Amino acid sequence: MACSLRESVHLVSDPRNLDASVDEVFQLMLGVDARRDAGPPEIEPELVTAVVGFGGLLSGACVFRTGGSAAMKIAACMTGMEFTEIDDTVKDGIGEICNMLAGAWKGKVPDLSANCGLSVPAVITGRDYNIHVQAPEFKLEHTYRFADACFAVTIVCDGIQ
Amino acid sequence: MSEVRALIVDDSTVMRKIVERALRQAGLDPLVVLEAGNGADGLELLKAGTVDLILSDINMPSMDGLEFLRQIRAQNLAPGVPVVMITTESSEEHVKQAILAGAQGYIRKPFTAEQVKERVLPLLEAA
Repeated sequence: MACSLRESVHLVSDPRNLDASVDEVFQLMLGVDARRDAGPPEIEPELVTAVVGFGGLLSGACVFRTGGSAAMKIAACMTGMEFTEIDDTVKDGIGEICNMLAGAWKGKVPDLSANCGLSVPAVITGRDYNIHVQAPEFKLEHTYRFADACFAVTIVCDGIQ
Repeated sequence: MSEVRALIVDDSTVMRKIVERALRQAGLDPLVVLEAGNGADGLELLKAGTVDLILSDINMPSMDGLEFLRQIRAQNLAPGVPVVMITTESSEEHVKQAILAGAQGYIRKPFTAEQVKERVLPLLEAA
């Protein structure tokens, strides 16, 4: 029988799934509590952004965006190493965080988990850029904080079958 | 415990280090770790020497983890060596595909060191 996610858009777009995914990834992999923050993310001059694409019954992306100093803190928690610059290890760590968030998020809805694949992460560094998706089906954009570090996670869906 | 040689295959260097740390926390000591960034490089390492344990991601560029597993079996590399998949892909279908391709264990990312210990140690003891 052909599977469709159209009937379960309300489950797929439930914002609590994103919060639960962030909590799970940061607790298990970093050993820290990441709390939802009501405000917009504080903009550091240098940004590190990781993107993991969704394909299959749902198309879109999971975008993880943070500042340079927060990225180094996250990578330090993951590896136990100290970082003074956004090197390849930091970028790799942020890409892997995004990958796990995307996997954990889609795993919250069984039909989505079974019928949606993930791309390998792409990591972008720089400043003054925006990610724009035309006419998304839905978009979840949450800001979180742990210690004095801030990051934003966006799930954007531009097609659902 | 006698020396364990583990092959960790993941395109993320950070994840390879985290898996290695989890293996050490599980009490694998002495531990020798071989690392590969994709399935093709993992196959080359298996052709060059023996290992006691293979841990592999699924979603990797060049050669993914499922194809890596199929090639291990097709080329009769590492016979009897337990293979554990460590991956963000956790649907029943992915688990089924991994088992059919020859995996003995499956760990979903994110994971704890305790989960790695629970899945890996029994396989090493049984091997």
